[in-house]
Amino acid sequence: MYKAFKFPKSLKKNLFHYCPGCHHSIVHRLLCEVIDELNIQEKSVGIASIGCACFLYFYIDVDILEAPHGRACAAATGIKRARPELIVFTYQGDGDFAAIGFNESFHSALRGEKITAIMINNTVYGMTGGQLSPTTLPGQKTTTTPEGRNPNLYGYPPKIAEIFANLEGVAFSGRFAVNTPKRVLETKEALKKAFFAQIYNLGFGYIEILSSCPVNWKMDPVSANKEVDKFIKFFSIGTFKDKVEKFLQGEKS
Amino acid sequence: MGVRKILARGVEAIALGALEADCKCYFGYPITPQNEIPELMSRELPKRGGVFLQAESEVAAINMLLGACATGIRAMISSSSPGISLMCETFSYIAAQELPAVIVNVMRGGPGLGGIEASQGDYFQAVKGSGHGDFHFLVLAPYNAQEAYELTAKAFELAEKYRNPVMILSDAILGQMKETVVLKKLKIKRYPNETWALTGAKNRPSRIIRSLFLSSQELKERNLILMKKYKKMEKDVLYEAKIEEGDQIIVVAFGSMARIAKEACINLKKKGYPVGFFRPITLFPFPSKVLKNLLKNEKKPKKFIVAELNCGQMVEDVKLSVDGKAEVISLFFPPSVIPFPEELERKIKKCIKPLSSQKV
Repeated sequence: MYKAFKFPKSLKKNLFHYCPGCHHSIVHRLLCEVIDELNIQEKSVGIASIGCACFLYFYIDVDILEAPHGRACAAATGIKRARPELIVFTYQGDGDFAAIGFNESFHSALRGEKITAIMINNTVYGMTGGQLSPTTLPGQKTTTTPEGRNPNLYGYPPKIAEIFANLEGVAFSGRFAVNTPKRVLETKEALKKAFFAQIYNLGFGYIEILSSCPVNWKMDPVSANKEVDKFIKFFSIGTFKDKVEKFLQGEKS
Repeated sequence: MGVRKILARGVEAIALGALEADCKCYFGYPITPQNEIPELMSRELPKRGGVFLQAESEVAAINMLLGACATGIRAMISSSSPGISLMCETFSYIAAQELPAVIVNVMRGGPGLGGIEASQGDYFQAVKGSGHGDFHFLVLAPYNAQEAYELTAKAFELAEKYRNPVMILSDAILGQMKETVVLKKLKIKRYPNETWALTGAKNRPSRIIRSLFLSSQELKERNLILMKKYKKMEKDVLYEAKIEEGDQIIVVAFGSMARIAKEACINLKKKGYPVGFFRPITLFPFPSKVLKNLLKNEKKPKKFIVAELNCGQMVEDVKLSVDGKAEVISLFFPPSVIPFPEELERKIKKCIKPLSSQKV
């Protein structure tokens, strides 16, 4: 009998420590499926950053380096420049990527580093208990904005995927969600492209994935999953730059 | 084949030493007085199949070094005081993750933006642990361009031997002064990295390089392992001593200050003063045992004078080594115009006076 649904080879058989309803586990699985399908497990090095996903190495069965908070893209740069034959990816949260590490993330993209950056955007600092993050929506309540984010005090959330799409060094940039089965499949295809960006030496591959955070949003998992739809109104999903598709079409013709 | 002799700045000697050790990656960010290192590396590394990358900040540069070192490649970074301060968070990670990184600090005057005068104001930062948590670098302090060349090459070997970051602690005088450097071929040993480097999990289980240990037992054990390693480094203690039996005063100095102090001591010796000279070359581990042993002699020194281009930092390590068995005097020179040997001679003589009158 043909088995259509298998456990990914590069996913370790450890129980996820993530809270019920958190989207990290979905993205972890997608990442492993992509690693398997691209057959890059043996030459991949991942960067675990600081946040809920700092234990990336308990789940993803590839070589993994832990980087200080926000510095994942710089550490990934060091690895890729030292050993260009490796496939290097970072897995970061919105605070790590877009607040403390914005400079490292932005400049790695500007340089067109041949790395893949995965940013999980759940609009709060999850691990520390739900504080304001750069991607918190105007009016959204967090533990440090109990009255809601006031743009007069904290400005507006950055739309990183759109910003990065305008950088010449970026080969792929898009924002996706995993709160419906269709979106999960779209995310997987985009994730593959974010890896193709470096595999084909085209440039920086960036993918932002909207994730729920039921505990810090103070919601049950089902409502939190639906809540992601509201975030999509501000953070539109889709591909904003895709040099990979162009490259692949050129290959075919 | 003849050995090449060149006229070079201390900082150039450092870069050439790194190339002699087959350093393959350099990351950095411009800051005076060490810009000749990245400039030389940007010319030379690509020719040798290496990588030169100027980062957007010292913070990024040191994290690039973290990544490169994790793959087992020979890599280095250089900066000067304020830039080094920016790297301190990642220093703690590099030490905790036991990566063989080579870090160069060409010290300038502080605190704050300070100035570009020569200074040894970062002694504490280099030696006592420059970031959070318990950790140490192995710290080497050259005192001329030749040593800068040789010790930088040696730093790569020691970094791999102990899987620990090694810092070259130099300063603006030593860095910018030109003198002869003999480009000797150096034998720099390589230590295997096949058991730990991140190179892709091919034909082996995947590896993790991390410093997060949430289990209190595990974290305690990690700290004890590191502590043991720092103790083991004492086997590689380096120093220079010009001490004769009967020397009543020992002048202790490192780096460029040791150049000045050594001349002052030699001059005083010629004039009949019982003055010895001691220069730690490894600042961590500090050559404490050597100083302790001096005090076991019957004709032990009565005073130690610690001359430094700062407000008195290494003097604390000398005091710890001497452990109250002799007087320790701090001869401190905050970052400014550096003293001439004659000024030092006068100051040292002042400390001798009571002794020589006893002699009579």
